Amino acid sequence: MPENRKIKVLVCKPGLDGHDRGAKVIARALRDAGMEVIYTGIHQTPDDVVNTIIQEDPDAVMLSILSGAHNALCPIIMDKLKENGIDDVLVAVGGIIPDEDKPNLEAHGLKGFHGPGTELKEIVEFVKTNLKR
Amino acid sequence: MTEIDEHKTLKPKKGERQESFRNLSDIEIKRLYTPEDIKDLNYEMDLGEPGRFPFTRGAYRNMYRGRLWTMRQFAGFGTAAQTNERYKFLLEHGQTGLSVAFSLHTIYGYEADNEYALGEVGKEGVSIDTLKDMETLFNSIDLSKISTSMTINAPASILLAMYIVTAEKQGHSPDLLRGTIQNDILKEYIAQKSWIFPPEQSMRLIVDTIEYCTKYVPQWYTISISGYHIREAGSTAIQELAFTLADGFAYVEAAMERGLNVDDFAPRLSFFFNAHNNFFEEVCKYRAARRIWAKRMKNKYNAKKQESLRLRFHTQTAGVSLTAQEPENNIVRVTLQGLAAVLGGTQSLHTNSFDEALCLPTEKAVKIALRTQQIIALESGVADTVDPLAGSYYVESLTNRMEEEAEAYFEQIEELGGVIPAIKANFFQKEIANASYKYQQEIEKNKRIIVGVNDFQLREPCSTPLLKIDEQVSKEQIDLLNKIRNIRDNERVKVKLEKLKIAAQGSENLMPYIIDSVREYTSVGEIIATLKEVFGTYDEDSIF
Repeated sequence: MPENRKIKVLVCKPGLDGHDRGAKVIARALRDAGMEVIYTGIHQTPDDVVNTIIQEDPDAVMLSILSGAHNALCPIIMDKLKENGIDDVLVAVGGIIPDEDKPNLEAHGLKGFHGPGTELKEIVEFVKTNLKR
Repeated sequence: MTEIDEHKTLKPKKGERQESFRNLSDIEIKRLYTPEDIKDLNYEMDLGEPGRFPFTRGAYRNMYRGRLWTMRQFAGFGTAAQTNERYKFLLEHGQTGLSVAFSLHTIYGYEADNEYALGEVGKEGVSIDTLKDMETLFNSIDLSKISTSMTINAPASILLAMYIVTAEKQGHSPDLLRGTIQNDILKEYIAQKSWIFPPEQSMRLIVDTIEYCTKYVPQWYTISISGYHIREAGSTAIQELAFTLADGFAYVEAAMERGLNVDDFAPRLSFFFNAHNNFFEEVCKYRAARRIWAKRMKNKYNAKKQESLRLRFHTQTAGVSLTAQEPENNIVRVTLQGLAAVLGGTQSLHTNSFDEALCLPTEKAVKIALRTQQIIALESGVADTVDPLAGSYYVESLTNRMEEEAEAYFEQIEELGGVIPAIKANFFQKEIANASYKYQQEIEKNKRIIVGVNDFQLREPCSTPLLKIDEQVSKEQIDLLNKIRNIRDNERVKVKLEKLKIAAQGSENLMPYIIDSVREYTSVGEIIATLKEVFGTYDEDSIF
């Protein structure tokens, strides 16, 4: 992407999980790192997430899930993105994602898997180096 | 020159390992505390005997010499039948009270087959749709003998109604029931986010439960006014203290506006605090909380009964302090946090399991957590005398300081027009977001050390066995729900919901209508959907 354009990131809380401390801290860290950040707030259905991605056209989407619903929700989001022809957006999921769940999520195109204790600079670096456009 | 004066003349920074020492509320901690720091402390007025105004030294005269705190581990996952098994396991191992964690779809009032419930059923708590699930949850557990805490907020009145009817089916009348519903909606808007209705309508439902229980379920704690979630969302200890007590006063005012007598309902309000890492800060927080509550209840709300002035609280160790790195270290963190809660005079305690940064706890991890409490209680000797830290220059000085800082917050909240206007102005939400970001930055700059996370890291692969919730749970729960839908009298369900709706449009107490509805196996989701038609819903500004 051109050097002079800000990276646009959508931080998102799918499902009913209200644990938004991590998502908010990450949103702020990405903003402080010079990115344009949109935070959707909580309670986003897969359709809500995909519609927001279509409307906002972010470079990266950071999904935060701590409730255990990642296996159900993430693949649906990825399938719907594919249906809409969106394949140039980095989609990452973090929160509490057990190791054994990662292969399936990776097969659906998800990245990241940042868990508790991750440093914010690691996440900023991750976004910068994994963009697809 | 006395020895004390001599100490004061030493240069504080000399030979110290940090420029300054600050607790988690960012209060600078002095090198040494001396009689000078508590020279204005008046024993009778500021501390008093335990069990007497202002209760700083403890809620009861004998504290743990009389009865140990209730060891109450929060548990719930999967279907009601699975959680019922876990409860029996905990009771067999010496747990003395139950504490129900509900599935997110129950918490938000959606049926298990609603689109919002997708992927959530039974994951974070036990899935409850109808009275049938509640009957299964307490199968073979005598509800007249046990006390049960239910962590439920927006639909609290519905789950309480189900509990009352379940007990009735076991042959017990409501006046025998002991337990707590969390029922604290204000902290949901502030921190935990599981609201459904707008604040004013939510407050009506809460006052309805207070009014109903005061008459018919007199041993029930009607609200567990909670700082736990405020702290977990990232607040400081002082913010936890101040915001929680401000919520408490808002409930008192709402119930008094209904015309209830403060001494009729205040004895059944209880509190729920967090126990985080900074040991003395936590102890002082509990002591300050008791004193602030007692003074305001007496002086501002004219409460007369000792029980109305006496703040009682449950404590849970800080989930947010658990690390995914080297999870076994969490056993030590939890021990220190639990000890702080006990030295602060808690009435009941949940100690977190060491694997909870990774998953819901396994049975082994839960057992260690319960054993931790038993060791504190029975081996350490700390429960042998009441409030052993009283009189410490540091502890008394910090207790005073926390009270002062909380009072400053009460003034700010009052200036904004009270708790609900302050919520709508995002006051609490901004304060908490700022505090949590600051805390995270301090960790990243190594100003705060978390062992195994930003110092002494090993980065070994995690080998802790995890509890997995079977994805089948969702299907099982939906099958159960469908079965109930087929066998219940759906005509009666409709009639009861219609009556509830009409009552909601007026100003009657809704509890009798809710009880009538759950008796017909109406689901939590159906009752909430009916109330939404009258009350509407709430949305927040997603600030960060």
